[in-house]
Amino acid sequence: MSNQAENLTTQMADSTAAEQRNNEQRVHALVLTGFGINCEEELAAAYRLAGGAATIVHFNEVLGGQTSIHDYDVLNFPGGFSFGDDLGSGVVMANKVRFRKLPSGRTLLEEIGAFIKAGGYVVGICNGFQMLVKMGLLPDFAGQQEREVTLTHNASGRYEDRWVRLAVNPNNRSPFLKGLTSLEVPVRHGEGRLVIRDEAIRSRILAEGLNCLTYCDSTGCETELYPLNPNGAELNCAGLTDTTGHVFGLMPHPEAFLSLYNHPDWARRKRLDPNASEEGDGLKLFRNIVEHISQSRAAQPAVAAPNEVSL
Amino acid sequence: MNETASHTIQLIPRPGQHDGEGARVAEAARRHLHLLTGHVQTSAVYTVRYPLTAAQLESFAAQCLQDPLLNDAALDQWAVGPEFKSFILVAKGPGVTDDEGTSAQNALQDFLGLELDIRTQHIFSKRLYLLENELPETDLRRLAEELLGNKLINRFVVGHTAQGIRDFTPQPGGGADSTTHTIRLENLTDAELLQLSKENVYALNLEEMRAIRDYYYAPATQISRAEAGLTPDPTDCELEILAQTWSEHCKHKEFAAVIRYRNAVTGEEKEVDGLFKTYIKGATSEVDRLLRANGNDWLIKVFSDNAGAVRINKDSLFVWKVETHNSPSAIDPYGGAITGILGNNRDPLATGIGGARLLFNTNVLCFGPPNWSGPLLTGQLHPRRVFEGVRKGIEDGGNKSGVPTVNGAIVFDERYRGKPLVYCGTGAVLPMQLAGQDAWEKKIDAGDRIIMAGGRVGKDGIHGATFSSIELDEAAPATAVQIGSPITQKLAMDFLLLATRRGLIKCSTDNGAGGLSSSVGELAGISGGATVELEKVPLKYPGLRPWEIFLSESQERFTLVVEPSKLAELNALAAEMEVELSDIGQFTDNGRLDVTFDGQPVASLSLEFLHEGVPRKVLDAEWHLPTLHEPKLPASLDATGLLLKLLGALNICSREAVIRQYDHEVKGRTVVKPLMGRTGQAPQDAAVVQFNFESWEGVAVSNGILPRYGDIDPYQMSAGAFDEAVRQIISVGGKLPNLTPGDGIFWSVNDNFCVPDSVYDPVTNPDGKQKLAALVQLCEALRDMCVAYHIPLTSGKDSMKNDFKADGQKISVPPTVLYSMTALMPDVRRAVTSDFKAAGDVVYLLGDTYDELGGSELYHLFGELGQNVPLVRPEEAKELYQKVGEAHEQNLILSCHDLSDGGLAVAVAESLFGDDSLGAELTLEGELPALTELFSESHSRFVATVAPEDVVAFEALMASRATRLGIVTDGGRLVIRHQDKTVVDAATADLREAWTNGPVNRVMAGEELTLQA
Repeated sequence: MSNQAENLTTQMADSTAAEQRNNEQRVHALVLTGFGINCEEELAAAYRLAGGAATIVHFNEVLGGQTSIHDYDVLNFPGGFSFGDDLGSGVVMANKVRFRKLPSGRTLLEEIGAFIKAGGYVVGICNGFQMLVKMGLLPDFAGQQEREVTLTHNASGRYEDRWVRLAVNPNNRSPFLKGLTSLEVPVRHGEGRLVIRDEAIRSRILAEGLNCLTYCDSTGCETELYPLNPNGAELNCAGLTDTTGHVFGLMPHPEAFLSLYNHPDWARRKRLDPNASEEGDGLKLFRNIVEHISQSRAAQPAVAAPNEVSL
Repeated sequence: MNETASHTIQLIPRPGQHDGEGARVAEAARRHLHLLTGHVQTSAVYTVRYPLTAAQLESFAAQCLQDPLLNDAALDQWAVGPEFKSFILVAKGPGVTDDEGTSAQNALQDFLGLELDIRTQHIFSKRLYLLENELPETDLRRLAEELLGNKLINRFVVGHTAQGIRDFTPQPGGGADSTTHTIRLENLTDAELLQLSKENVYALNLEEMRAIRDYYYAPATQISRAEAGLTPDPTDCELEILAQTWSEHCKHKEFAAVIRYRNAVTGEEKEVDGLFKTYIKGATSEVDRLLRANGNDWLIKVFSDNAGAVRINKDSLFVWKVETHNSPSAIDPYGGAITGILGNNRDPLATGIGGARLLFNTNVLCFGPPNWSGPLLTGQLHPRRVFEGVRKGIEDGGNKSGVPTVNGAIVFDERYRGKPLVYCGTGAVLPMQLAGQDAWEKKIDAGDRIIMAGGRVGKDGIHGATFSSIELDEAAPATAVQIGSPITQKLAMDFLLLATRRGLIKCSTDNGAGGLSSSVGELAGISGGATVELEKVPLKYPGLRPWEIFLSESQERFTLVVEPSKLAELNALAAEMEVELSDIGQFTDNGRLDVTFDGQPVASLSLEFLHEGVPRKVLDAEWHLPTLHEPKLPASLDATGLLLKLLGALNICSREAVIRQYDHEVKGRTVVKPLMGRTGQAPQDAAVVQFNFESWEGVAVSNGILPRYGDIDPYQMSAGAFDEAVRQIISVGGKLPNLTPGDGIFWSVNDNFCVPDSVYDPVTNPDGKQKLAALVQLCEALRDMCVAYHIPLTSGKDSMKNDFKADGQKISVPPTVLYSMTALMPDVRRAVTSDFKAAGDVVYLLGDTYDELGGSELYHLFGELGQNVPLVRPEEAKELYQKVGEAHEQNLILSCHDLSDGGLAVAVAESLFGDDSLGAELTLEGELPALTELFSESHSRFVATVAPEDVVAFEALMASRATRLGIVTDGGRLVIRHQDKTVVDAATADLREAWTNGPVNRVMAGEELTLQA
């Protein structure tokens, strides 16, 4: 079974043995898939284009213990429609994380807690963000993985695919967002409206700068106007971190803006500036995290990176 | 399972939480049904038939179902606020796919940490609507049937809360039923044979019924059946298999028929030896010869598999398939469309060995006008409902599978109000080699196992293949409807991807129309036989008879061919990925299809008779010229006003509200999206999709469809639709194939014909000969165009009975053909979009304008058809496309938009929709009247812009084929002069407003349109 598991992993990443060896030195992202997750390929590509390595594995590989999240630097919950959004987006998957016991006897949620404590990073995009919220990992002020916010049906009642502009909270805690003030990205969801449990949670989110991404207009000003805020989210919030900055979730898709040619206005922009960069805004987030982890390693050579521990 | 151990969990919105669905139901009831419901509250309801303790139930509800921020849970009792007087409970009918219930079962299993039976239904999802007003039960039922569900799928319970809420939970069918009946055909009269065919939905005609009878009672057959221990009379299963295999849907009998064609206009008479063989296969053979003669050998697999395959490069193949799902969409728009798209996905997935990666979806939809105010026949759904249901089906089918919907079209015509047309396309990439084998090959040997993978079998979709082969009437069988389950298919798809790469699967096919009967029956043709043991097929619920198991079209299933030595590894992988596999028999080489149940024979058919025994049809076609005339339009027409009207016309206006509900960029590779520019609203010609992140290679995707032109001239309609799809690809920067030796520029085209019943009958179809003649002309044009452009057909489908009959009336679609084209884009970064880019750029018309307003949108505004249909001039067009290709090569073109509905004026306006600050100052020097210059729909034309510094080079290259019209301005106005007069003068913002505020976006916003919006 374990032999097969490796095979599964290798095959899904479509990478060669040489790449694998090379990957061992790099910042390594674990990208989960299965059960209706469907943005795993572009998310893995994002890390590779950013100079990191990425391995795509089926959720059951992790639940079955064949793959350990502790062998990786960044744990990724990609977008998609896990379990068809039945019972609410992300719920059934979050349920697996909360209740299924790994061979270690612990739940994956407990493993993730340990992973974060050890310095690992967790990111959820779109359906992945919904999973993190339903697991209680965001914002998790109480540290009990209880639901303090939720994500539910857009105010419009519709799924929509459209591009938005986000303002980056200067007080944000995520290394993904270092040096960024704003970015353009597509949203593609039907359940992206952030609802906050109560005023106390809302105040803490604001006070601690956890609302790291905010829907804004073309001038960078926060707005609640549809479709600039496409879903009616409270605080016009598009993304959250936890208080450590190690857990980061967002509704829009940075992995869908890796090249200039993903943008709906690329052709006009290229006409106006023939030397425009061929990289998309979204790639910057992945360059940031790869760089951040590489630098952390360099700064603390005594502390081995998680993936080196296992080797 | 103890049936009394049933629990109910109801989730009610928490006070203060917005109940969006409730508000929308109340609003839609008021607008569309003129019913005042008052406040509407919605709750999700789950009926749980697992034996749970009260504590388990409570914690399951709290931990897995309830969102503590959004809703409260009521357990085993109904929570009904005192303000609510009426209720509507919407449940699913017995055997209908219930994904939400199944997901809840998954959640319960994870939560309890126990192994539960989650393959059969134990949790049933429902919705409860509570209404403030006390409405009569008839109104509640109407609301339920017309807004909240479909009576073919759902069960509704309605009433008044004062009497208490009544519930409905499906009870699965009765006990197992292994009976097989025999049906005596011997000595039946013609009338009795036909009656038998009709009663059993065999959809076989008299000649076919006779052929079956004669075959069975021939002495040789009787002897061999007796020797094999079979009954002398055919079994129910045998007749069902024959009916399915011989159905028009599966056998394409009319495209294979001998046609006696007479053109009464020219006097031409000829006999067509099969439309498919003569025109479709014939065209591709000729094109293949032309390609190979020029060193272009990228055509790998055509017509012989689930989808066509062409070579992208030495490592991979592009696989392309377009199908229709019209009949199911007419009676259950959501279910019809979602199973259409998911079913079409399975074709590329199961081409060759199988395991292609899906790259994108397309869809082209033909509906009646959403503001239809005429009568509806019994069983006919309102076009608005069909539109909304189909749209939702496409949304869920694509979005939930993670396949981007990159391109499509919507065509409105009153004649689609009986039967809509739902074309679904899917492009995919398959490695050239899988585990060392040629991936496009289907090899099967005797002894290989037959493995069913994916969903289970129920009564859903029985008779789909035969049902879609006859006209639709008010007695459409409810079992012909299926509901898709994107999640089940996604699991199977992920599994197939891995299993094929590990060499565990020898080949595969999908279970679509005809179910196992069709998939095993076809594959058996490769090895020379098959034996299926039906008791091994897993069922959703008991009560199916053997023939029902074999014919069921339950969705999301693949049939895999597996060598016995690979089974253990395959099963282990499937278990890990939670895909159910069943070993249901083996392939043989004895020339027979044998089906048993618990060892007893259910069917035994000679493959030769099954596949070759159907009598060939001989059909008559006769063409008479339709009565046509060119209208005289009032002389004093205001072209600006006409342009604004056209931009708001049903067939031209913006589809943005529809497009945005499809994910068109999942996978992150869509380079030319449906809408682009600074506004994100400029409509594009063809989509461009990158294959992967390792190179800039990609594919351009376009659609050509022009049904109205067929009312004037079917040949030109078909040629025009073909040209439209070609020029869209040229417009975005594609190149024609085979221009240079060995250039490897592949093109892959699917043809999809959807025509009304074209078999002449003096009583029921008196104009059948004319319709068939039209079909012949469509095919003739197709052949001519393929050969002219060297573009091959690789796959396709025909749908021959697009009529809706009820109450003694018949609504027939106009003969319609869709050409879905794909072509290699060697570097997607060089794609060209339609929108004007910058002030100062020079605007050109490429190609020539003729007095061709016949069938135009302009004439349609005046209720006229006209006569001068646009003609395709393939030689001139090809020369132009070559030049445009060279201009693209030299990066001379900054924007390019093909001219179609509404002609030059509409194309120029659309080119401005990317940026309101831009405008254009144009002068038309042509000699034709202004309205003709502006609105003629002559083919093979583009409006393009060129940077001022490139004008000299561009004009030198294009010579007489480019006409300089003027420049792009930064004034935000479109001004067009014709012969010294200003004929169009309007603000860009106003033009865009007329277009975006058109009827399609307004319908999507829930507006009730008035007549002829």
